[in-house]
Amino acid sequence: MLSFDYTLIVVLFGTLILGLVSGCLGAFALLRRQSLLGDAISHAALPGICIVFMLTYSKHPLLLLLGAAVAGWIGTITVMAVVRHTSVKEDAALGIILSVFFGMGLVFLTIIQRMPTAQQSGLSTYLFGSASTLLLNDVITMAVLGAITLGILLLFWKEFKLLTFDRDYAQSLGFPISRLDILITTLIVFSIVIGLQSVGVVLMSAMIIAPAASARQWTDKLSVMVCLSGVFGAVSGVIGALLSGAISKLPTGPTIVVVISIIVIVSLLFAPLRGIVWGAMRQRRYRDNIRFQTMLTNLMLFSESDTDPFYPHDIAALTAIGRGPARKAMADLKEKGLVVNPEADMWALTAAGLKEARCILADKIGGASHD
Amino acid sequence: MIDQLFVLAIACVVAIACALPGVFLVLRQVALMSDAISHAILLGIVIVFFIVKDLHSPFLIVGAALTGILTVVLTELVIQSGRLKKDAAIGLIFPFFFSIGVILITQFAGSVHLDSDAVLLGEIAFAPFNRFLIMGLDLGPISLWVMGAVLVLNVTFITLFYKELKLSTFDSALAASMGFSPVVLHYALMSLVSITAVGAFDAVGSILVVALMITPPATAYLLTRQLKRMLLLSALIGILSAVMGFFFAVAIDASIAGAMATVTGVFFLLAFCFSPDQGVLQKYLRLKAQRVSFSATMLLVQLLDHEGTDTEREENTVSNMIDHMGWTEPFVKQVVRHGLHQKAIIRKGDGLFLTDLGRELARSAMTHT
Repeated sequence: MLSFDYTLIVVLFGTLILGLVSGCLGAFALLRRQSLLGDAISHAALPGICIVFMLTYSKHPLLLLLGAAVAGWIGTITVMAVVRHTSVKEDAALGIILSVFFGMGLVFLTIIQRMPTAQQSGLSTYLFGSASTLLLNDVITMAVLGAITLGILLLFWKEFKLLTFDRDYAQSLGFPISRLDILITTLIVFSIVIGLQSVGVVLMSAMIIAPAASARQWTDKLSVMVCLSGVFGAVSGVIGALLSGAISKLPTGPTIVVVISIIVIVSLLFAPLRGIVWGAMRQRRYRDNIRFQTMLTNLMLFSESDTDPFYPHDIAALTAIGRGPARKAMADLKEKGLVVNPEADMWALTAAGLKEARCILADKIGGASHD
Repeated sequence: MIDQLFVLAIACVVAIACALPGVFLVLRQVALMSDAISHAILLGIVIVFFIVKDLHSPFLIVGAALTGILTVVLTELVIQSGRLKKDAAIGLIFPFFFSIGVILITQFAGSVHLDSDAVLLGEIAFAPFNRFLIMGLDLGPISLWVMGAVLVLNVTFITLFYKELKLSTFDSALAASMGFSPVVLHYALMSLVSITAVGAFDAVGSILVVALMITPPATAYLLTRQLKRMLLLSALIGILSAVMGFFFAVAIDASIAGAMATVTGVFFLLAFCFSPDQGVLQKYLRLKAQRVSFSATMLLVQLLDHEGTDTEREENTVSNMIDHMGWTEPFVKQVVRHGLHQKAIIRKGDGLFLTDLGRELARSAMTHT
């Protein structure tokens, strides 16, 4: 069972920091349509980690993370260069960097595994991540890098906001667009490498996309979105680490990703205003409303030729001229007291129904008053 | 030795089978769907494996291919809902499926001969040891049969629907107006990608599938603008990467899949630098030549402007160009050499004089501007 000992608290802090930082920066990645860049960066980081280890024989977290950051950054710059200088599109460029850098990482990893030191064990945890191996040293490194990343984000908040939403305007105001581009991409690189040890290179991209994608559903305001995204990231990190600590053999990275994915699903379906469920209900309401209106006006127009507006009509005629299932609509209208059926399958307007139908018609023709 | 040949044969078949649908992925700008599909199918493989308990059951391919399609459908649904953009939608669904797959594997790892590293990284070196046995008859490695079948399927599909694929790839609106549903073709292609990824996964792992599907076609795209040539070239680059990667990996005793992916990257880098049409080097040289030729025309105009004036002796000299045009000395020499080569100018000591041709060129340059 779970006990809140020292190790667990260290691990929880680590996953909290990783979720917070990747959530906040992910919001910008999402809005800048750089979501999949995270996938390329995290895979590209693997050879960086391996090369640093092969050169230094050290597993100091700061060194490895810097190696990861440099490799991730080189990967990003390469993607940008390929897109800029050739006709190869961004998606293919990302795929190339992702798979080729990761392939190089694998080659290095297998070489490292044969090296005659006992040090190398543990590097392969970078594939799927293992928060349980986080040490105080790792978490301090993550905290420092995370604080620097978030600090720069706050410092350049105004510039990044402008860059994200209106590039051309920012350029016309004289902001150094390409330098700001590189700066924010570098911050995204850092937010990814911070999480590599806990979540792993394969799944880290989800920690960039998913918190931001959830937060996007709840708000249209950048500051709220960034905060919410950070909170979602941190919450999923902590819950994932707790679960994987409590259940044996539950890998941390995938667990965190499943938790944040559930948050995404809930957000997509149920977020106020943007939720898909509310949207579908709204649409249904509109559709029903239109059907009711059609039925009422049809009843009235049918009857006007007979001079008695309350004359009952056969359901077959109403079905033929109306939209969708007439029976259901009539039953609903009856509940509202707008129609009656004096005998089976014959339907007529009530006084309230007639008034409503006149209003609808007046609205449709436009301008006429409601009485 | 014979096992090594089998490894090579499997790798080559995988390379071709991946490159062919990969060409259309790259051209249709959905390259990263191969990344999404090749990860997501893990879930299908794991679930079907738990049901049939056999790593070589054909149902594994069916289950995995269905998961691949499900990923594509869900991605399209999220995009159509308008809540998220395409890139975010692609990047959300496969990590979720992949994570569930990894969790299932690790939770039941003791009883299962499946582990997440192998799925991701593949171990082609072991592929020859899974033999295809029919009534005790050894018909060679099972991977070779599976991938051979996938290759035949891919070649058949692309040959049969070549026209439709080509049209819908380059002009989907026209294809739709002519009655070829782009949606049906899209899903057919994605099914093909799923089946290929499943067939290849236990031999080479999901990352090499991505490398072989995207990188050789992107490399070929830098070298040719004809679809048929691009298909052939992609297959060829795929085979070369597989073979060279294999020997490289054996030489340094490292991951074969990783080495193959690395070699595909080397080929792309070479094409990126040296492609005769789009290479960076070629572009640089072309730009430089254009600069010299433009500057030579400027020189002619300058010479014409001062021809016959009092200051001609000082103005129309090599040394004056360094001050006047703001050019460096080596660049002036280059420009003058270009002019001499054109037979537009004559050089006498430091002085520069227009020929008749030079005068004509200068005038035509001025009337054009």
